[in-house]
Amino acid sequence: MSLRLQARKLACERDDRWLFHDLDLDLCAGEIVRVEGPNGSGKTTLLKILSGQLADYRGELFWRGAPMRRVRRDFLANLLYLGHAPGVKAALTALENLAWYQALAGASGDEDDRLAALETVGLAGFEDLPTGQLSAGQQRRVALARLELMPRPLWVLDEPFTAIDREGVAALEARLEAHTRRGGCVLVTTHHALRASSALRSVRLGEGGAGVER
Amino acid sequence: MSSAESGPARRDGPLPLAGEPEGGAMVAIRATLKRDLVLMLRRRSEVLNPLVFFALVITLFPIGISPDPELLATIAPGLLWVAALLAALLSLDGLFRSDYEDGSLEQLLLSPQPLAALALAKVAVHWLLTGLPLALMAPVLGIMLSLPAGSYGVLAVSLALGSASLSLIGAIGAALTVGLSRGGVLISLLVLPLYIPVLIFGAGAVQAAILGAGVSAHLAILGALLAVALIFAPWAIAASLRISING
Amino acid sequence: MWAFIHKLGSPKWFYGISARLSPWCWGVAVALILVGGVWGLAFAPADYQQGHSFRIIYVHVPAAFLAQSIFVAMAAAGFIFMVWKIKLADMAATVMAPLGAGMTFVALFSGAVWGVPTWGTWWQWDARLTSMLILFFLYIGVIALRGAFTSRDSASRAASVLAMVGVINIPIIKYSVEWWYTLHQPATFSVTSRPAMPTEMWAPLLIMVLGFYSFFIAVTLMRTRSEILRREASKRWVRELLGEGG
Repeated sequence: MSLRLQARKLACERDDRWLFHDLDLDLCAGEIVRVEGPNGSGKTTLLKILSGQLADYRGELFWRGAPMRRVRRDFLANLLYLGHAPGVKAALTALENLAWYQALAGASGDEDDRLAALETVGLAGFEDLPTGQLSAGQQRRVALARLELMPRPLWVLDEPFTAIDREGVAALEARLEAHTRRGGCVLVTTHHALRASSALRSVRLGEGGAGVER
Repeated sequence: MSSAESGPARRDGPLPLAGEPEGGAMVAIRATLKRDLVLMLRRRSEVLNPLVFFALVITLFPIGISPDPELLATIAPGLLWVAALLAALLSLDGLFRSDYEDGSLEQLLLSPQPLAALALAKVAVHWLLTGLPLALMAPVLGIMLSLPAGSYGVLAVSLALGSASLSLIGAIGAALTVGLSRGGVLISLLVLPLYIPVLIFGAGAVQAAILGAGVSAHLAILGALLAVALIFAPWAIAASLRISING
Repeated sequence: MWAFIHKLGSPKWFYGISARLSPWCWGVAVALILVGGVWGLAFAPADYQQGHSFRIIYVHVPAAFLAQSIFVAMAAAGFIFMVWKIKLADMAATVMAPLGAGMTFVALFSGAVWGVPTWGTWWQWDARLTSMLILFFLYIGVIALRGAFTSRDSASRAASVLAMVGVINIPIIKYSVEWWYTLHQPATFSVTSRPAMPTEMWAPLLIMVLGFYSFFIAVTLMRTRSEILRREASKRWVRELLGEGG
């Protein structure tokens, strides 16, 4: 019954071009899987498929052994996805943003938890400002606070290090490792060089990798 | 991120896998309603702009046609309805756009809650802050167009009822075009033909009230249209959002 | 059953079978339209009220029928594409939209021409003409939406959803426009609600309608075939086919 996301013979065709095909992938508890590849090799598309956003693929996805289509809600309840855009509303305060995310997960949430999460990402004192007044890096941090706030085992992070300063990067890297130690799993794309660790594994897209043609 | 271990004991010990969320849908819907209301009220111009547009368009007609009260009175029901319809349409483009741009739309799609219900919550807020104010404002503009007495109440009620359908149908168009950079004109092209039945029965209700005929049939049909829209539109909106997010 | 549907959904298989069907459809279409056209235009009796001008019915009515049917067919194809992900259905829907818009235009234009001797004006807000005009706008919307997306997959899905939404609305629009018309212009002469037509008049009309439908099927087959070649240009079977051809 542990965390396990599998892809079998995954292929994605975008307007007559194969981004990748025959891709087999296993994500298990305690792993950081980094998707690598040049620009336009389909990293974001792969992450979107694996996070259940794109239905436009061939092959099979399994969540804990069951076909994804049947267990989609259970999968989503265990997934935390951060995309290119931080998903933070500029007119709302950091606290309000987090409260909405908690509610989307179906929990009313607790103000103390949200404050603690914001403090962890270094935003203490900025809780009640509209996030539109924060810097790009700080807005990212609001989004990253969701990692602290919501106990979801599977993280799918698309370029999470964008706009973050050096200390923030180190802290986030430590956070990812801590997550895997607790049995979580991280799927990540980044141009940033991740610290080598036993948990880290790479999947390469694009020429010579898991799936190429033309 | 090493400090603040004071928080709940989330940070150590194995992570539990969450089961199917139960009863969370209502929490999520209520939170989405509240969030959109707060957002709209913080940017008041988005609430006011359609109303000002409505008033402006109504001002154009006497200037463009004639200030003759008799002539205006005959065309007033249709004018008020068409202008309100356009005002509601104009505000629809922004319904999902800001969410799309800042990435919260993809997060909405990834929540383990029924997307159709969440989309319905967003549409409800749109109606509450656009359709309903337009309906309340229409009688005032009716006075300016010498709308015959006795039809003011029907005007407001028919607009309130009809604009709910307009919001629902229009949201389909907004969802279909949200990923397109030049969606603004396209949305009118998609949505206006679908608005025609609502316009016919809405303006018809006001006309019937002026003629002294019964209006309950018109209002009942408007209600029926709303019921049909309520049944089908949320699914169409959800499907369209999923398409648009694929880019 | 399932195997058959999937076979039907294979562009390659369809390309082969449609090559054999297509000439037959064209033959039937041309024959029916010729017979119906000559019979209707030359031999059918003139209308006692409208004289010879009523003969435009032999173009107007089949075009109007087809305009509505094509929208339903397009929505059905969209539904098949969305549910079973059969790309062939979407290719068919793609080529149907301009054809349907064209038929709607023919119906509108012939209605307007017919309006001159009947009403003494090119345009009257007649219930049928108004519904036809709205249908025309619906077609334009579907075509415009498909053209607006850069990704073809998204375009196909979006157009399918819009076609399905439109098809639910068509009867609603039709009935509300008819209701609106009777309210505003009661008891004027309506183009197609007439006393029962004698057989010599409606028999050629029926033939014309059937001929138009065959024409629609033939054109759809032909254009779907070229759409297949366009979309599958990178597939091996198409390259082999084109290689053999020249």
